[in-house]
Formats: sequence, C-alpha cells, structure tokens
Amino acid sequence: MTKQKLVVIGAGMASGRMLETLSDLAPGAWDVTLFNAEPRGNYNRIMLSPVLSGEKSYSEIVTHDAEWYEAHGVTCRFGEKVTAIDLAGKTVTGENGAVAYDKLVIASGSTPFIVPMPGHDLEGVIAYRDLEDTNRMIDVAGNPDAKVVVIGGGLLGLEAAAGLRLRGVDVTVVHLNSHLMERQLDEAAGYLLRRALIDKGITVRCSANSKEILGKDGKVRALLLDDGTELPCDLLVMAVGIRPNVALARDSGLAVGRGIHVDDQMLTSDADVLAVGECVEHDGAVFGLVAPLYDQAAVAAKTLTGQSACFVQKELSTKLKVTGCDLFSAGDFAEGDGREDIVFRDPARGVYKRLVIENDVVIGAVFYGDTTDSSWFFGLIRDKTDISQMRDTLIFGPNMQGASVDPMQAVAALPADAEICGCNGVCKGRIVEAIEAGATTLSEVRAQTKASGSCGTCTGLVEQVMAVSLGDAFKMPATAAVCGCTDLSHEDVRRLIKSQELKSQDAVWQELGWSTPNGCHVCRPAINYYLLADWPLEYRDDPQSRFVNERNHANIQKDGTYSVVPRMWGGITTADELRAIADAADKYNVPTVKVTGGQRIDLLGVRKEDLPAIWYDLNKAGMVSGHAYSKGLRTVKTCVGKDHCRFGTQDSTGLGIKLEKLLWGSWTPHKVKLGVSGCPRNCAEATCKDVGIVCVDSGYEVSVGGAAGMDVRETELLGKVATEAEAIALTTAFIQLYRENAKYLDRGYKWVAKVGLDWVKSQVVDDLENRAALIARFDLSQTVYRKDPWAEHAAQAETYQPLADLTLEAAQ
Amino acid sequence: MSWIDVGHIDDIPLRGARVVKTMQGCVALFRTGPDEVFAASDRCPHKGGPLSEGIIHGRQVTCPLHNWVFSLETGSAQGADNGQIQTYPLRLEAGRLLLDGDALSKRTAA
Repeated sequence: MTKQKLVVIGAGMASGRMLETLSDLAPGAWDVTLFNAEPRGNYNRIMLSPVLSGEKSYSEIVTHDAEWYEAHGVTCRFGEKVTAIDLAGKTVTGENGAVAYDKLVIASGSTPFIVPMPGHDLEGVIAYRDLEDTNRMIDVAGNPDAKVVVIGGGLLGLEAAAGLRLRGVDVTVVHLNSHLMERQLDEAAGYLLRRALIDKGITVRCSANSKEILGKDGKVRALLLDDGTELPCDLLVMAVGIRPNVALARDSGLAVGRGIHVDDQMLTSDADVLAVGECVEHDGAVFGLVAPLYDQAAVAAKTLTGQSACFVQKELSTKLKVTGCDLFSAGDFAEGDGREDIVFRDPARGVYKRLVIENDVVIGAVFYGDTTDSSWFFGLIRDKTDISQMRDTLIFGPNMQGASVDPMQAVAALPADAEICGCNGVCKGRIVEAIEAGATTLSEVRAQTKASGSCGTCTGLVEQVMAVSLGDAFKMPATAAVCGCTDLSHEDVRRLIKSQELKSQDAVWQELGWSTPNGCHVCRPAINYYLLADWPLEYRDDPQSRFVNERNHANIQKDGTYSVVPRMWGGITTADELRAIADAADKYNVPTVKVTGGQRIDLLGVRKEDLPAIWYDLNKAGMVSGHAYSKGLRTVKTCVGKDHCRFGTQDSTGLGIKLEKLLWGSWTPHKVKLGVSGCPRNCAEATCKDVGIVCVDSGYEVSVGGAAGMDVRETELLGKVATEAEAIALTTAFIQLYRENAKYLDRGYKWVAKVGLDWVKSQVVDDLENRAALIARFDLSQTVYRKDPWAEHAAQAETYQPLADLTLEAAQ
Repeated sequence: MSWIDVGHIDDIPLRGARVVKTMQGCVALFRTGPDEVFAASDRCPHKGGPLSEGIIHGRQVTCPLHNWVFSLETGSAQGADNGQIQTYPLRLEAGRLLLDGDALSKRTAA
C-alpha cells in the first residue's frame, strides 16, 4: 500500500504535538511534508520567557529537532513560506515549488497584532512572538544603558518586561487598561501584581494611551503617550495580542471567520483539510494557551487515522511565568447578578484569593501570592462541583474540606512544593524523590531528607506522603487515634487546628469529620485545651468540656466532696493567711487539713455547696486559687535562698514568687510544677520538676523534663543564664513551647523525650527571636487566663447549689 | 402524673447538668442540646460518683470518678461496664423544666 501524502503547514507547538501523536497512532503510515516559515523546527514557545530572562537556553526548549523529523519520516521545508493552497488540485505551493497532498493540516499559528499607530514600522519596534524577537531583546540588554518600552500589560508583555528586567534593562510597561492582565485578573490581584513588578524595578503605567512612536533616523527613539509624556526607548515591544494567521486559508477559499473554521474533528470546510492551533476558530472561540492546542492536535491526529475524536473546549487557567509573582486565574470572574464572591486577603503576606460562585458552583478563581491549591480549585471549576457543603471553608483550600478529612486524600492532593516539614523546610516533592530513590521506611526518609527529624510533629504527614507514594508497600504505623470519635491522632488534630485555623469546637467536629456530635469525655477536654492554647483570644474556654476538677476549681474526692488549696506564692505565707485558713476550716467543718508536697495547705472534705463561700472567705484574706486541680501551673517550690541560708547564692524564693505570679492561671497540656533551689544542694528538689532552676554563683541553671510521679526522672539542662530576667524568659518560653506543641495529658518530660531536648533548645535557647515570640504569645494568653477563677465563681454561687430541693416541698 | 416545675432550661449550661434534691436522693438534669434535657439518678452504680459532674457528650454522660459511660435515654452503662441508672420523665414546656412527681414517689414505693 502506498503511503498517503500529508502536508503540514507550520511547525509550531500544535503541529509538533499532532505529528507526534500521529506517528504513535500510525507509525510510518504517512509521507509527511512539513513547511515552516521560521528556519527551524518546533520549540516550546511558552518557554521563550525563561530564555529571555536567561533562566534557560534555546537548546533547552527545542522539542522537535531535525533528527526527530527525519527519524519520523518528515520532509522538512523550513524557512520556506507557503504561497498558495489549491483545494481542488490538492496541492500546496511553497517558495521552492508545489507538493501534492491527500490530507492537509494547516497549523499556521498566529501573528502578533501591531497597533497601527504612527511609527509602528520604525526599526526597533518588535513583537514578542518567536526566537528572533527574543534574541532582539537579549541583544538590546547587552547595552547597559538600554531602555525598553513594552506596550501591553498582559501575560506576554509582563513576561517580556520581567525577563528584560532580569537582564538589567530599564523597562517601562505601558498598559491601556486601569489594571494589569485585566482579562485574567480582577483589580485587587492586578494591584498586587503591579506592586510586585514595581518592587522588581519595572516601571508600570496603567491607563496609559499610546499615541505615537517617535523615531530618529528611521529608528525608534521614544513612545509618546496622549498625555504628552515621552518614554525614551531603544526597543519597543508590542505585546497587545495575537491574530490567527488565516491569510493562506482565506485565499484558498476555506471558511474563515476570526480564525479558520473547524468542527469538533478539526476538519475545515474542506473534508481533506484540517486545521489546528492558534489559527483556528472553533465554536466561536480562538485559542492562545497551549492546553487546548494540544487537545486539538490529538483530535486532528485521530481524525487523520480514522478514529473518532471530539475536541471539547475546556475551562482554562493561567499562570504567569514571572519569578516571584505567584498568580493564578481561571474561569469567569466578572461580577454579575446571582454571582457571589468569597474573598480572602492576607495583606502581610501579600495574599489575595477570590472565588466567584454561581448556583453553588465555582465559576472563577483569582489567586495572587499563594497558588498552592490552585489545581484543586481549577478542578472544582472544570468539574462544576457543587460546593454548597463546603462553602464556609472553601477559600482555605482542599485541606480544609470535610471531603478530604481523610488525611490521605488531603496529602495526595498536596502539590510537590507543599511544605511538609517546617523545621527543616522539606517539601512533599523532596520526600517523594527520596522514596523514588528507594527509601521505604520513615527513618530512611528522615535520614535522607531530614523531614520530621526535628520537632517531629509532621511525622504523621511524612508517613502519609510515604503511604500515598508507596501504596500497599508501606505499612502505616498505627498512630493512636485521640479516641473512638476520630481516626486522627493528637498530633494530627493539633496541626490541623493550627493550619486550618479551626477556632471552635464545632469547626473541629465538622472539618475534621468527628463521628460524634460533640466528642466524648476523652477528646473534648483535649480539643478544648488545643483551641484555647492556639486561639486564646478567639476561643472561649468551655467549662462543660472540662473534667469536674477544672470545672469546679477544686479536686473531687471519692465521697463527692472537694479539696480546696489556696495559692501560697513560692511557698511563702503569713500569719494572717494561716489564720484565715484556720477560720475557714472551722467555719466549713473541714475534716482534714494537710500540708502538701507543693508547700501549701489543703483543706479536704468541703461540700460542693460550700465551695463559693469558702472561696469568698479566702479571697477576702487575699488568697487565690492554687489551681491544685488543673492541667496548668501548680506550684513553684522554693528554698529560702540567700536571705536566710548560709549557702544560698541567689534570691531563689523571690524568683519562685516572680515565676508563680507570672505563670499562674495558664492552662497547659498537663500539670506543670516548678522548683527553684538557691544552691546546688537543691533543697527545693528542683531537678525532678517540669522546670527546675538551680541558682549558682554565676547565675541560673534552668533544666527541664523532670518527673517524680509514676516515672522518676532528673531534669536535663536547658540552658545556663546569667540573670534572673533571662531565667524567667527561658522558663516562660519553654512553657509556651510545651503549651503549643505537646499532646494533651503528656507531662513535660514525656513531651521533651518525644521532640528531643536539642529541638527544644533550638527553639528557646538558640533562637532569641523565637524565644521572644513564644513569650509574647504566652503573655497574650495570660491577658485572658491570669485571673482568679475562685473570685469569678464565688460570684455565681447559685450554680453550685441544687437547682431545686423537692425534699422541702415533700415535707410540707 | 404531677408535673413539678423545677427550673428553667437556661439554668443548666449546654452540655452541663444540675441536680434536684428529692426524698429519693439527687436527680440530675442533663442538658444535652439547646432544647434537650434528660433526668436520671445522679448516683453512679459503680462507686457512687456524682454523674451531674461528668462530661456530657451526645446523649451520654461519663462519670467523673471512673469514666463509666451511661446512656441518658435508657440509663444503661455503655461498653464493657454493666450497670443501670434510674431515668425519670422530664418535660420541657416553654423553657420550664417539669419533673414527674409521681415517678419520683413510685421509686420509694418500689
């Protein structure tokens, strides 16, 4: 069988893809002749911007070179313009002669639109379309004083301007509209983009109407705006749009509108002629982005081989290839009746996100500054997903959605550049690389990437990335779920509360897919703690999510009575306080009075109804709650220090009192006990506390992670500091770090063992800025929680009484 | 039935409880939802813990002493524990909480 003769006009990206697909579908079936006006084959035209900016070379962007065409049986007639098509005779005539075809594919592309203003034909006025244009710009950039004006603040114009700027050129962008990229961006995003470009040193003039290009000796000299401004330039780049290249087709008699008319099979009005790429018009639309061109190329190849295929126009998205300007736009974002906006702005990070919604479907999206989730949003637009169920949290992206509460899905949806390990700056892509290179265990991944090697809170995420990448080959270690209400671990929940900015219990139940309406006695106290620790101002502590002791601010005993422990700052009391305690013990018939290990006095056996009254009496004597019942600061045990002791080196008692007055009232994952000893003899037993400070002649040894309960452990030295103020700062920062990171009900020593003392040191000892930030967050939280709950509850004494007493009525 | 008005639903915090003293001991009223309340014995059959001080979740309460969980609808202990607490008819009318006095006295008779 003789080969069919195929002629292709144009060797651009659509043509290249079409030939590639064709040779895959029907290898060797066609005798192809390829005309191209440019003296070369196909290169990746959308990568011209990196070539311009110097980030890539031409050779890196070539997709089909002479060898490729030769190997695929394509006769190349490059640098030869086609002059005529004879549809009846089925021939194409080039400058060097005619060739007959059985099938013809026109891929003549587009030509840049040159505004026909005076001076447009001067030397030095170019478009930005091909390698020649790119090289012209690169040449101009060789002159250190070069000035270039770019007309057109669209995708192409801005990429040209940014590329030139990277080469050190003085660039001005002149744009007719009031904001840049008005076809892809709304005003807010246009504003941010403009600001970013100005920061790069590009001059941007919006609402600027070009009047005339001024020349000297036939060469461009300046652009004159209609307000009279003259913008001097050595080169003027016109990037105001493209026009489908239809002259040949029109002359041959094919049906042509704005582009060459094609049907869904990419057939023109002549059954033996197809057209693809920027030269076509399909269903009223013309095309400028590469994705639909590739679709067309595939359809055309199938049509040629007799397979049925159908070109369907799809939603398009745009990303600007300008380094440092993360920008995404898709769909329709004009305002209109029945359309609603969801807008998110983070001015500090320069982030702007806008979604346009119509009939519960996202129809448009514009992102600036943070485009990490753009592919997910694009999917919503393309698939016309009903978003009514996730509307409230939609703008925060896929990780926020109930549908992807399955953490595996959320992780699978993360882009490669999503950061997994914040401590070591490891992104998902790096972890996947390590896995592809053979790492199959967490420790291998950790060794190769450092991911999860520091604070460890991302361990679950890393494992999920591994599970997604390795599939069944990876056995997820069973991480303990918080409780039966969820499959998530404490670490997952803490991370998600922070990252998804969940600020209420309802948000946690909803967004993290809790299986119960409001948790259980196991998870709810934990969630309550995480919320109040992470969002001290936004979230209000919920007494109904607290264990009875913390709700009633007293310790329940086995007979249902309570114990009451007033605070004695640093273990120091006075005769008056002791008298008040004794009076209270008498007045409320307290059966047991005990001195505690934390240097204070416990009144045991108080009836619930009497609690507000005894608190009121103790308050009157100047005492406040000792929080002997809380997952919070308990006591600061001290020795007498240098005021009395002949060995004391510093004012340990005074430091203990200062610490207790600073830290009291704060909620922590588990109880926190401190000790301050005035010398290494350590009479305050500081080295088995959560934080222990041992005073020495030269300063203060702050050590952490001690225990003297079910486990007995000695503290480890966090740092040695010279001044009392530093000792307080270090202690505060450590406690805040513990508050922010530990699992609920992990004592300090357990948490330190999990994250490692080195990591703790890196956070609070080495990084002074971070230390200060931790202290600031602690102080902020204390503005809410450093107050006496007894005083508050004494004022609502009626809630401690029975709601009704029917024994009295019955007696009547 | 003799309904006794013992208070207003807003006297009980959401997911909180209050007790009513009766001749038969304390009855706890549990508010499980904005407009949902249950009445049951305040005393855990295990070690006598005050159930009104427990954490209330869904339509269940967890005893504060040893974490026994009871259904407030049936009074049965959940999970591995075996036990039962008495439940009482409770009506909510225009925000007022009405306990059935007959049911409270029947228990004495029984």
